[in-house]
Amino acid sequence: MIGLVIVSHSAKLAQGVHELAAQMAGDQVGISDAGGLSDDSETFGTDAFKILSAIEEVWCDDGVLVLMDLGSAVMSAEIALEMLPEQQRQNCLLSNAPLVEGAIVAALHASLGEPLQAVNRVAEAALSAPKLANTS
Amino acid sequence: MGQEITVTQLRRWLLAYAARIIENEDHLTELDTAIGDADHGVNMRRGMGKLQERLQDEEQTEDIGSFLRSVAMTLISGVGGAAGPLYGTFFLRAATSPTNGSSVDLAQLTQMFRFGLDGLQQRGKAQTDDKTMIDTIQPAVEAMEAALATQQSTAVVLAAARQAAHLGMKHTIEIEARKGRASYLGPHSIGHQDPGATSAYFLFETAAEVFTKTGAD
Repeated sequence: MIGLVIVSHSAKLAQGVHELAAQMAGDQVGISDAGGLSDDSETFGTDAFKILSAIEEVWCDDGVLVLMDLGSAVMSAEIALEMLPEQQRQNCLLSNAPLVEGAIVAALHASLGEPLQAVNRVAEAALSAPKLANTS
Repeated sequence: MGQEITVTQLRRWLLAYAARIIENEDHLTELDTAIGDADHGVNMRRGMGKLQERLQDEEQTEDIGSFLRSVAMTLISGVGGAAGPLYGTFFLRAATSPTNGSSVDLAQLTQMFRFGLDGLQQRGKAQTDDKTMIDTIQPAVEAMEAALATQQSTAVVLAAARQAAHLGMKHTIEIEARKGRASYLGPHSIGHQDPGATSAYFLFETAAEVFTKTGAD
C-alpha cells in the first residue's frame, strides 16, 4: 500500500488536509504532512528537509505520492526528491493533483491497495471533477 | 595565473551579502509589496540570519564544494518562499563545479556561477525577460565569461559582472512578469523593479567589493 505526503505553505492547511484524507483511508494508509518551515511552522513556506522527513516517515516499497499546494511547494518537493537515494526516488511521485480533492481521492484509492501510478491518475483526474451539479 | 579565491574569501563574500540583504530588507519588502506578496524582505532576512550563524559557527571547512553545499542547505531550509529553493539550488549546483579543492581561480569562479545559473534555470524554468532573478544573474555570468575570454583581471571580470547585473536588475522595471506571483498582475507589473532580481544583484555587488580587495591578505 502506497504512502501519501501532504505539502503546503501552511502547517495548519497541511495538517487539515492530512486529517480529511485520513478519514477516507482509515488507518491503513501511511499519511504524513509537511507544512511551513522546519524550525518555525508558524511561518508560511515550504522546506525541502521537512518534506524529505515526511517522505521517509511514510516510506514503503510500494512508493509514495506527494501532493502539494502551489508555487514553491513544487520546487521544495523537487529538491527533497533529489535528496532521496536513487532507488527510493524512482518510487516517489510528485502529483499534479489539486491538494484537497486530490488527497481525498488518493487516500481512498490507496486504501484499496492500488499501485502508485494508478492512484496518481485518479487524484489528478480530480482536477476536472465539477463541484456544482449544473456545470457539466 | 592570477588570484586564487579561498573558502575564507567566499565566507567573507557571503557575510557581506547577508549584511547587504539585511540592510535592504525594507527596500526588498517595498518592491515585493508592489508586485508580490510582500514577503521577500522578511524571508531573505530570516535566511541571511541563519546564514550568518552558520558561517560564524561552523567548523572551518577548507573545501570549496563542502562549503557551498552547507550554504545551500542553510538557504533551502532557512529562507521560505520561492527564494529558498531557488538560492539553495544555485549554491547546490555551484558546489558541483570543478575547484582546486580549497580554492578556485577566476575561470573556476566563473564556472561556479555558470553551474549555479544553469541549476536555477532548471529549477525555476524561467528565461531572461520573465522578470525574475535570472534577468540579473544570466547577463552577469555572460559578462564574466566574455571578460574572462579576453583574459581580464579579477577586478575587471567582477566589475563587468556587477555592471551587467545592475543593468539586468534595472531592465526588470520595463518588462512584464511571466513567472512567479507578479505574473498574476500581467501588464500591471510593468514599472516595478523585481525583488528577486534585486536580491540577486547584491550577490555580484558584494562579490566585486570583496574579491577585488582581498587580493592582498
